[in-house]
Amino acid sequence: MRSSISPSTRVTSYLLAAAVVAASLLSGCMMMAKAPSDLDYSRTRTSRSHRYVATIRPDGDSIPKGKLQRWTLHLETTSGVPVDSATIAVDGGMPQHGHGLPTKPRVTRALGHGDHLVEGMKFNMGGWWVVKFRVASAQGADSVVFNLSL
Amino acid sequence: MRAQRVLFELGTCVALAMVPLGAALTGRAEQRRAERWSADERATLRSLSLASLEPLAPDPSNRYGDDPRAAALGEQLFFDTKLSGNGKVSCATCHVPDREFQDGTPLAHGVGTTARRTMPIAGTAHGAWFFWDGRTDSQWAQALGPLESAVEHGGTRTQYAHVVDAHYRAAYEAVFGPLPELDDLPAQAGPVADSAWRAAWVALPAARQGDVSRVYANLGKAIAAYERRLQFAPTRFDRYVDAELAGRPHDSTSTLTADEVSGLKLFVGKASCVNCHNGPRMTDDHFHNTAVPVSPLVAAVDSGRTVGVRQAVAGEFACTSRYSDATSEDDCAELRFATTEGEELVRAYKTPSLRGVADRAPYMHAGQLATLGDVIAHYDRAPESPMGHSELKPLELTEKERRQIEAFLRTLR
Repeated sequence: MRSSISPSTRVTSYLLAAAVVAASLLSGCMMMAKAPSDLDYSRTRTSRSHRYVATIRPDGDSIPKGKLQRWTLHLETTSGVPVDSATIAVDGGMPQHGHGLPTKPRVTRALGHGDHLVEGMKFNMGGWWVVKFRVASAQGADSVVFNLSL
Repeated sequence: MRAQRVLFELGTCVALAMVPLGAALTGRAEQRRAERWSADERATLRSLSLASLEPLAPDPSNRYGDDPRAAALGEQLFFDTKLSGNGKVSCATCHVPDREFQDGTPLAHGVGTTARRTMPIAGTAHGAWFFWDGRTDSQWAQALGPLESAVEHGGTRTQYAHVVDAHYRAAYEAVFGPLPELDDLPAQAGPVADSAWRAAWVALPAARQGDVSRVYANLGKAIAAYERRLQFAPTRFDRYVDAELAGRPHDSTSTLTADEVSGLKLFVGKASCVNCHNGPRMTDDHFHNTAVPVSPLVAAVDSGRTVGVRQAVAGEFACTSRYSDATSEDDCAELRFATTEGEELVRAYKTPSLRGVADRAPYMHAGQLATLGDVIAHYDRAPESPMGHSELKPLELTEKERRQIEAFLRTLR
């Protein structure tokens, strides 16, 4: 039995199907809102105006979802002098979702040698997060941003 | 004889031929699985499986939480209608055991009608916040709220202390120690809406108030000890994921249809449901404004977490209160680091678990949406929020995709 569909109709159907697949993939990607591919996820970063070099040390190697965590923030000047006396504010969120952190984390005490205890860190969903520390000390005010992928 | 040998040889031959065929089939099945789920998706599926649920940690604010005697007492209290102003309402009136501990109506009906939908109980002991707006930070503090609500149980804490004295003295004292002297206390007194009962409460010396409130807190701790034991059972979805990840063939209890698999793929992908409905309980334990419409059944303005978090922080029975068994500020870290202000709290409500969701219509915090289809259509459409800012963005799902997501949600039981 011969097919009643002509070759040209079949080609058109294939092209249409391919277009639908491409469109749905594109749409899916947009919905998933992949994080930019050039993000720097390093745990040591220089502050925006190059006053400080900051290092975050979460409890373990991976950062868990949905659990309160303690971090250590190590802070030093760009010339390598530890910064113990500083006012540090913590902020953050998910840039692609437009919401902040689910909790209000704080630097609760200075541990010495440039280390500061950060308590109340929590991330309630997977994806790209940013955590921002605003630092004010004798060195001046500056901010440093970390990218996280959960 | 000869015929038998021929048959035997033929059988051996077929069997030998089956070995590579079987291996090829297994290999193809594995390949199909790999094609069906990417490495990222497999990690997400694993995180959603009930097998990933960690053992329930002790509640540091309730030292009786894992005491079986407290749980046995709590179970009796949960079903006791004497714990109500009219003698007709128990916890089980709204938290109906054979309906997943909820009541299937938009608003709960106790002594009167509440402004919110009854929440299920299974697995909630793992969470940090209770009620739709998280206005308590423990399960035992949650249990105490409805008991003194004028529209739920409608009684007072002196009434309940008298009930314990008359009906549960031995069971109570075995767990919590001696009951205080109660004979001199009024039949009804408590910090409640009723002005006469409130006046009777205010007239009591602070020490006597403390005695009664301690008994009252212990009732909550016993009820919570019972509720902690209400946990999730594995679903068809869990069996599917476990077999899929282990590379085991599916049987009739672990098979998902093509539409259900497509729905799951949408759930963890394009539809982004998994953003908030994550982890083995399928909730992030957080609060979101998802533009849920105002209920025509509720007259009062409901701003959700904005008010809820203030009540949690100031709660008479909070983790940091004198009635809590917490011994350090670390025990109350969720409360200590809670976000207490900001636009994001406005009309934000707790993400509910999706386990068993198909059997829990109507949906949302006041039952505003009648069916699962309505809920999926709502998230797809992403309307403006009636108050505050919605986190939703249109999903651009097809009708078929919406149906597939619903089909998947029905596997969660």
